[in-house]
Parts: sequence; structure tokens; C-alpha cells
Amino acid sequence: MATVERTAVKWDYAPAPESRDSATIKPRYDLFIGGRFVAPTDGTVVSTVNPATEEVLAEVAFAGPGDVALAVEAARGAAAGWAALPALERGKYLFRIARLLQERARELAIVETLDGGKPIRESRDVDVPLAAAHFFSYAGWADKLQYAFAGREFAPRGVVGQVVPWNFPLLMAAWKLAPALATGNTAVLKPAETTPLTALLLAEIIEEAGLPDGVVNIIPGDGSAGASLVRSDVDKVAFTGSTAVGKEIQRALAGTGKGLTLELGGKSANIVFEDAALDQAVEGIIEGIFFNQGHVCCAGSRLLLQESVAEEVVRKLWARMERLRVGDPLDKNTDVGAINSAEQLARITSMVEAGEREGATRRSVSCALPEAGYWFAPTMFLDVAPANRIAVEEIFGPVVSVTTFRSPGEAVEKANNSAYGLAAGVWTDNGAKAFEVASKLRAGVVWQNTYNKFDPTAAFGGYKESGFGREGGPAGLSPYVRFGG
Amino acid sequence: MSSRAAVAKTYKLYLGGAFVRSESGRTDPIGGVNVPRGSRKDIRDAVKAARGAAGGWAKKTAYNRGQVLYRFAEALESRSDGSDEYGEAIDLLVHYAGWTDKLAAVMGGVNPVAAPFLSFSSPEPTGVVAVLAPDRPDVLGLIREIAPALAAGNAVVAVVSRTSPLRALDLGEVAGVSDIPAGVLNLISGRLDELLTPLCGHRDVNAIIDATSDDAVAAQVDELAAETVKRVSRPTPYTDSLTRLEPLVELKTAWHPVGS
Repeated sequence: MATVERTAVKWDYAPAPESRDSATIKPRYDLFIGGRFVAPTDGTVVSTVNPATEEVLAEVAFAGPGDVALAVEAARGAAAGWAALPALERGKYLFRIARLLQERARELAIVETLDGGKPIRESRDVDVPLAAAHFFSYAGWADKLQYAFAGREFAPRGVVGQVVPWNFPLLMAAWKLAPALATGNTAVLKPAETTPLTALLLAEIIEEAGLPDGVVNIIPGDGSAGASLVRSDVDKVAFTGSTAVGKEIQRALAGTGKGLTLELGGKSANIVFEDAALDQAVEGIIEGIFFNQGHVCCAGSRLLLQESVAEEVVRKLWARMERLRVGDPLDKNTDVGAINSAEQLARITSMVEAGEREGATRRSVSCALPEAGYWFAPTMFLDVAPANRIAVEEIFGPVVSVTTFRSPGEAVEKANNSAYGLAAGVWTDNGAKAFEVASKLRAGVVWQNTYNKFDPTAAFGGYKESGFGREGGPAGLSPYVRFGG
Repeated sequence: MSSRAAVAKTYKLYLGGAFVRSESGRTDPIGGVNVPRGSRKDIRDAVKAARGAAGGWAKKTAYNRGQVLYRFAEALESRSDGSDEYGEAIDLLVHYAGWTDKLAAVMGGVNPVAAPFLSFSSPEPTGVVAVLAPDRPDVLGLIREIAPALAAGNAVVAVVSRTSPLRALDLGEVAGVSDIPAGVLNLISGRLDELLTPLCGHRDVNAIIDATSDDAVAAQVDELAAETVKRVSRPTPYTDSLTRLEPLVELKTAWHPVGS
């Protein structure tokens, strides 16, 4: 083979923006209640903006307390009929939703990226196909529940209230609705304040799929709408969001006997051992913390490096970080998109300032950031002390804190030294060590030599203050039924 | 317009994704149509096609296989005559489309072995499945047996209804447009007394579903199966789906050390 001389030519990517033509955003969206789009009775109308440009995308109706009550009433009215349908027929409606999601995939991906700021590569390759897969998989459970519940008698809970976050708007709606509907419940879903659009497109799809009126109700709103939904006449609450709000909900439901599942925050450890394939590990670290700008509850935000390779991994990681393409989320080459909202940007900024104040060493990549919109450069912290806020609290942004360890035992101890327990990553080519470390980690998901993998058949959820209950697989069904005669 | 002569359909075997006449050149007149009378050689060709396709089909993700079976249901809906039999057959395909990614959760699991090992068992397709469809109902009876075999990830060689093979052979045209890879489903018409021995005695067949409800056939099938230890199942129309699926998979147990 001929030797190729390295040249100093820097090849850059040409812009490759996804066309917006495949998606039409209406000027205004109303609440989806009882099978119809209706104006709010005591709510408001709010603009939803593109966080990458601050451009207004649409006006969206936000539910007031009266609207929440109407939605719950509609779901209540539809509950008996939906539960009485033959299970396979319920499943067939869910299969239709899965197919319609696939048919409108392009449009959904574009709107998800416009409304939330995530790279089109992610909304196109992860959010939308996984949402469809989730409906497809749970569609198949509808008539097989007896196999999931091993002989136990079960019945749907009735009406479920579901509150989802802004980081995976469509996907989280799918995670919530698919198992609830498969088990025979009706639902009121509240999308997040800053990202209501794809949930409203899902409402259109549900209408198109011909689901009976009231089986699914989708009501955008702010935190107050979520608060009144969880306190309303529902039989079960499912929440994905921050640990602080999760605790409030758990308190609010105390003594009511209502079902509750919580998928909350995390501060997940990504552990790299000296016998790992380091280049692959670096890719996994990048995937772990910069996927979706780090707006991921299971983000690998605490990087634990074995001392003997720490310097090398940090060097490779930094070199890789400097090559991340930050910018236009609609560009197909973009790795890191916009921060979801001004509020979230302020939160990340204040956490990073706290990190600097507390003495950790900050390194942010020096990429050019667009002038409009909300942006934060990929950042790592070195010299982080275990008690530093950036090592303890969830940042929910593209910021990784790096610490080191000497032995597997110390790695496990450090990884478990957290109020959270959502996920962890383990990088080593020694399988016996990987499984031993995995078995000792107090986390609901452990990825070995990979990170941020999701599948409708694989249970997802946390230990400790990361919440309780699982989504995905047969485990994702049981929160939506009542057992016993 | 009434002077126009209709174009009659030539009924053919569905073999390796193609529509072929019996290599024997024989037909049997059934219902005013010349139906191919499959031969020993047709069976050999079908098993060869099935074996060739089995690996690729088994390797597809469960999600993908589920979507292909669902597509089969969609395609069959467009061929339905609106009868209950077709409705039930379509719904069965939908039901089994939903099984592909659940078999492992229901049948498999982690084994809490008394030693430092991660031991887990999970189902895998058994390989090539021979189906002896019942004579009646011709469509539903065939779908009922091939759907679980396909859902479990196997390739199938089916002998269709001997008495009313036409609509069953038509299913090949449905399968052919539903993303089922060539060779994964093969449909042979003919006489059972000619086809039984070459199919059930074929060394490359792993399992047999005998839905003929015929004691004489059963005895012959069991005898032939013993030669290469084929798994034989004999479901009735009332057998539940998991009970149908179980004999069509192998359970594999893997052991991995934990700790040094």
C-alpha cells in the first residue's frame, strides 16, 4: 500500500439543511379533547418558538383547570367502551397509530427539531422511529396480557393522567400512551410547555386512526396544568420529568390510593476501565453526554476514568469534542443542536458557573455559536471534587464532569454515591468484570460498551430518586392495571 | 363487451418466491381447474429454498419480522372476500405479528444459577418447519399453522388443502407482495400420500406441524420424524398461540462468568 502523506487541508462539511417543505405547521393548535380540537375554556393561548432561532412557530392553546377537568371527563366517558373492546381490536388501533407515525415520519422529525432544537439526525433516526416501534410493540401486547401477568387477574385502572417532558416530546408521549391504551385505559396527556407540537400532530394521527372519541386527550399547558391534571379525578398518574416535581406529585397523591409511576432525573456514571477499547469508549462518552444536547435523563454526565488511562481518554475526548458540529438543528450534519429554552440555558449557565466557583477546571469548546437562539458549547469539567454541585446535581445540558478511580470497587462506590440511580455505562473488554460491575451498580439501566440504547422491549426506569416503575417490555404494562379480583 | 374472453389463471406452486408448475408436469383437476400435483422433487426444491432463506429470516430483528407479518395481514385484507374466515385469518396474522418481539420475554429469562455466572435462556427459531395443513378450512386452516411458524422466525414448507387448494395457493400471491423474503414461505399442492414421505422424512426439516387430524397420517409422521429427531406438534383449532409457538423454537442457554 502506498503511503499517504497527511496534508494540512481541512475539509469542512457543506451545509445540508433538511427542507422544511415536508412539514406544514398550522398557525394555531387547540386542545384535543373528546376527539375534537377545541379552544380552551379557561386556559390561554401561547406562542411556541424555535429555540434555534427564537422564531414563533405557532400559537398553541394551553389548558386551564376547567379544560383539564373536561379532558378527564371525556376520558372517563370513553373508559368503559374502550376497556370492553376485544383486546385484539384495541391492539389493531395501536398498530394503525404505529403505521401512521411511520407514514408521517419526515414531517414529525422536522417539527420535532423545529420545536425542540434537537438535531434532525436524532429526531429522524431515534425519536420518530422509536415512537412508532413503541406503539407497534405494545399493540402486540394488547391481546397477550395474560402472558405478561403470569396468571394474575387484572383490569385496567381506568383514566390515566400523563405528564411528559420536553426532551423527547413525541417519544415520551408514545412511551406513556402505548402501554396505557394496550391495557385498556383511556388517557389525558399533557405535553411539555416548550414542545407541544409533535404531541398535537400525534393527536391528529389518533383522530386519523379512528380511535373512539375521548380515549386519548392531549392538552398542552404549563406546570400548573400538569399540577391540576395529577390532582384531578384520574386513577393513575405517570410522570416523566425532574425529581423535584416528581416528589411534589408523590406528596400530592399521598393517601389517595391512585397509581403512580415516576421517571425522574439522573446523574449517571459512565465508567471507563483501562482495558476498554478507548476509541470506542470515547465515542460512547460523546454519545452519552452530547446526545440531544445532554437533555437526557440518563445522560452519562459523570465520567469515571481509571487513573492509568485518564490522561489519554481526556486527550482523545477533548479532540473529539472539538470536532463536534454545533449549530443549525435542521442541518443533517449537526451533532449538537440548540438548548431547548431560555430557561434551561439559564439553568445550565448557572450550574457551570457554580462549577467554576467551586474550583473545578472548565473546558468549553471554542465553536462559533449562532447569534439568535439558545446555545451552549460542549463542556467538560476536570478536577471535580465529589461534593461539587456539578458532580451531584443534574445539569441536563452538554456538560460532563470527569473524575478518576483506581479499582473496580472504587468505581462502583463512586458511581453509586448519588441520590439518583437511573443508568450507568461500563467500558471494558473483560466480560466477567463488566457483568460484576453491572451487578453492583444501583441503576435501572446499565449499558456495557455502549450508551443511550433504547428499545420498546427493554425496561427503562430508575432506582432511588430517579423514580419507580418501568417503561418498555412487559414490565411497562403492570403499572397500568389493577391486580386481583 | 360480453364477447371478451376472460384470462384464466394458471394455478402454480409458490416455491422460493416464484410461481412454478410442478416439475413433474402433472396436474389434478379440482373445481374445474388444473391444480399442480406436487412431486418428491418439488418438495426437495422447496426445502432447499426454505433452508436457504431460513438464516436471513431468523437474523432479522423481531420488530422487523413483526412488521412483515403485519404487512402480510394488510395485503390479505385487500384480498378478503369479507367472510368471517378471512377476517379471522387476517386477525390471526396481526396477533402473531405481535408475538415476534415477545417470545423471548415470555419464554426466556435469566437463570439464578448457584455460581458466579450470568446464565440466561432465550428462544431461537428451530429452522425449517413442514406444515401439513388441514383440508378445511382451506385459508384459515393454513394461516393458523404458518403464522406461528413464521412469527417464531422459521422458514416454512406447507402442503395446502388437498380438497380445496385454490384459495390456499392464492396466499402465495399475497405473501409475494408482503415483504416475506423469497423462500421463507413455500406452498405445495398435491396428494398427501405422495408428499408426506419426502417432506416429513427430509433430513433438512427441523419440525413438523401436523394439522391433518388423521390418525393414520399421525402415525406415519411420527415414524418419519424419528429418523432425524424432528419436533412434531399437533395443534387443534383451539390450541392457544404460545402452545403453538413453543415447539417451533429452541431454547438456548448461555453462561457468562461474573467477577474474576
